[in-house]
Amino acid sequence: MATAAITAEREHYLNKEYGIQSWLLTTDHKRIALLYLISITFFFFIGGFFALLIRLELLTPAGDLVQADTYNKLFSMHGQVMIFFFLIPSIPAVLGNFLVPLMIGARDLAFPRINLLSWYLYVIAGLIYIHCIVTGGVDTGWTFYTPFSTAFSNTKVVEAGLALFIAGFSSILTGLNFVVTIHRMRAPGMTWSRLPLFIWAHYATSIIQLLGTPVLAITLVLVVFERAFHLGIFDPTRGGDPLLFQHLFWFYSHPAVYIMILPSMGVVTEIVPCFSRKRIFGYNFVAMSSIAIAVFGFLVWAHHMFVAGISLYSALIFSILSYLVAVPSAIKVFNWTATMYKGSITFSTPMLYAFGFIGLFTMGGLTGLFLAALGIDVHVTDTYFVVAHFHYIMVGGAVMGYMAGMHFWWPKISGRMYPEAWGRLAALIVFLGFNLTFFPQFILGYLGMPRRYWQYPPEFQVLNVLSTAGSTILAVGYVLPMVYFLWSMRYGKIAEDNPWGASGLEWKTASPPPTFNFDEIPEVTWEAYDYEHIPAPAEVPVER
Amino acid sequence: MSDSPVAVEQHGPELRHHFVDMEQQRDAASLGMWLFLATEIMFFGGLFCAYLVYRYWYFNEFAAGSRSLDLKWGTINTAVLICSSLTVALGVRAAQMGKRKLLVILMLLTLVFGFAFLGIKGIEWYAKYQEHHIPGSSFDASDIIKDYPQIHIDPSHEQIYFSLYFAMTGLHALHMIIGVGIFSFITFCAWKGRYTPRYHTPVEIAGLYWHFVDIVWIYLFPLLYLIDRKPLK
Amino acid sequence: MSEHIVSSKIYYAIWIALLVLTVVTAGVATIDLGPFNTVVALVIATFKALLVVLFFMHVKYTSEKLTKMVIVSSLFWLLLLLALSMADYTTRLIS
Repeated sequence: MATAAITAEREHYLNKEYGIQSWLLTTDHKRIALLYLISITFFFFIGGFFALLIRLELLTPAGDLVQADTYNKLFSMHGQVMIFFFLIPSIPAVLGNFLVPLMIGARDLAFPRINLLSWYLYVIAGLIYIHCIVTGGVDTGWTFYTPFSTAFSNTKVVEAGLALFIAGFSSILTGLNFVVTIHRMRAPGMTWSRLPLFIWAHYATSIIQLLGTPVLAITLVLVVFERAFHLGIFDPTRGGDPLLFQHLFWFYSHPAVYIMILPSMGVVTEIVPCFSRKRIFGYNFVAMSSIAIAVFGFLVWAHHMFVAGISLYSALIFSILSYLVAVPSAIKVFNWTATMYKGSITFSTPMLYAFGFIGLFTMGGLTGLFLAALGIDVHVTDTYFVVAHFHYIMVGGAVMGYMAGMHFWWPKISGRMYPEAWGRLAALIVFLGFNLTFFPQFILGYLGMPRRYWQYPPEFQVLNVLSTAGSTILAVGYVLPMVYFLWSMRYGKIAEDNPWGASGLEWKTASPPPTFNFDEIPEVTWEAYDYEHIPAPAEVPVER
Repeated sequence: MSDSPVAVEQHGPELRHHFVDMEQQRDAASLGMWLFLATEIMFFGGLFCAYLVYRYWYFNEFAAGSRSLDLKWGTINTAVLICSSLTVALGVRAAQMGKRKLLVILMLLTLVFGFAFLGIKGIEWYAKYQEHHIPGSSFDASDIIKDYPQIHIDPSHEQIYFSLYFAMTGLHALHMIIGVGIFSFITFCAWKGRYTPRYHTPVEIAGLYWHFVDIVWIYLFPLLYLIDRKPLK
Repeated sequence: MSEHIVSSKIYYAIWIALLVLTVVTAGVATIDLGPFNTVVALVIATFKALLVVLFFMHVKYTSEKLTKMVIVSSLFWLLLLLALSMADYTTRLIS
């Protein structure tokens, strides 16, 4: 009975209509979420492919795999693909799109057609970027610093800039949709203080998307114009200031990292109470800390420019503000920990990823504080210390949160259980592979190995070899879930409505949900995370 | 509840299925437009930041460049946009009251003003072209330098002023063109009788957009045209 | 959005006020007020913008606090960008 095809009697969003048109012209937020899932996974492979080439080159001190110019392109495009085409959309566009209406008791997002437009903009941006890759790529670093990008680089800066500009609008529209939905379409009784913290996290994320992305957009426009018309806005030989580009660029790109981490934090905040069978500790603090991260995140951008030539006084200001922004993140870590205290812990796959997130994000965050200290930053800026720092947050944090969420809500999305033993194994492989890849990079950076260099002094080789070895293990860890998720769609155990015994409105409707989400819109009379009233599932579902 | 008798009664063809009632739909559309305008504030804001930085650095060149703009056309254009905001506001009011013919006339007037603004902008830009003030290879600030013998005008700094002038007025003009396109569509729909007192949300939210574009110009005018208009000694 | 219908007289009054302020701002620019030229110009512009927002965009007549929050927040965010950037530029030459 476990291997029967999804029962055809019950209609849900996957079997309501078949055919490519029903998918490409859908306005159902759940189908759009799956369209995004396929697209971002595709780009994850591309970005990952660039990463593997980088790590292969760095196996040996000499630059012997690719040319220096090619290496510049590899790390530039790895960064842009991973950030703009994988991380920024990942949780919001897949899990957010799928879950926000379900969690608040709505039938869809406020603007379903704009939601579809968001996806098409993303696809168009992606196609332009792929064309850019295959016709020469960009070598400016993912950051497009001027005047190299505007006056000297011979690569496809304009095309890449155009692609990111369009992708930015995709992001803005998603954020707009979420904010309006959360304000206007909550079910009766779903007050702000009863919202799942996943919603609070996405609300905060959306604010950043709305207010930050337009500044990146106009900056890219200026870069393109400068390059095309030789204007001089960022050219120091013509009165321009390269730092103006950096100010405008980082005004978005720093808050962008909070776009990438806040949704993961939201995911973890759903998973930890469920697998501790306990209400979240400090609901208000967690909710407010999400908003605080969104706000404070806009106040710190010049910490990317400490050695670029900003004034010492502004460096001091930004350094102090950067310490401040760590506080709300720390508050979340305390709250997750306090939730687990005296809880009844189950080490399911989502919970394993959540644990990984908490530990690795904490390490990444603390090393961020090292970087916020001006004296230390002078020593380690533009070294592998920075690279390790942000990969701990982005990969150890954001991607683990994404994996946690995909596993937690997979039964809801697909109506199937993934094989739990394989899930736990993959989580372990990811954790080990990740640490082997990136911990040596902290040491390398501290010892002085610069980033973005295609060759290095021989004394750094051992650590680089360890890092590359780790990256192959990490790759295996990422491929495994893709295989077993696909496998589960045909052979996985059929999921009940609420296999985890979790709180939240999404678990009160069928797995997979009907197209209009609820047979009847619920009226909410209970608080969020009321785990004292939800029985634990009889067993954690484990595939035999 | 979405299946209550009241909701069923209100389900006209304009009500999209995922909304409970018209009020929720209208409130969502309105909030959506205001949020979009917030993104536009930040979009233009990047240019305002660049403007602020370079005006701080190169005040003389900015003043000289500003003086080379035609104050008459700038003032007239400001007035034209203000008139267009009036017709838009009166148009929304006409839609609220169900006065279809009045609405169509006001929308057409708005388009006239919009085209007038763009036409005048074209005249101004053409003048800049003739004076070789368009940034790029043919940029030549020697006429400005001649006008200011006492202070040093650096041509490349002057070019930065004009780069920002064209970037800001260009981005604004692009938004005007989009606005004209939107209002052309609104005019057509109004003529077809698609707007009623119960449903005229597109007119309202298009109006919000148009007023925003007007407000941007209200700031661009003093920042670009009025930096230094003191009589030359 | 409230369905309060504003009297057309108010719209005409605002229109006249905006036109007058436009002429005033152009005229004041030709008088030498030193650094206050910029201040006056921006104050007038802000007042004009306020008239458009409050009356033409109906913010005065809406009970929706969220609209005002959105406006204030976005202006505040723009101010952040401008102020913190200028914090760098205005302190660079201090050694």
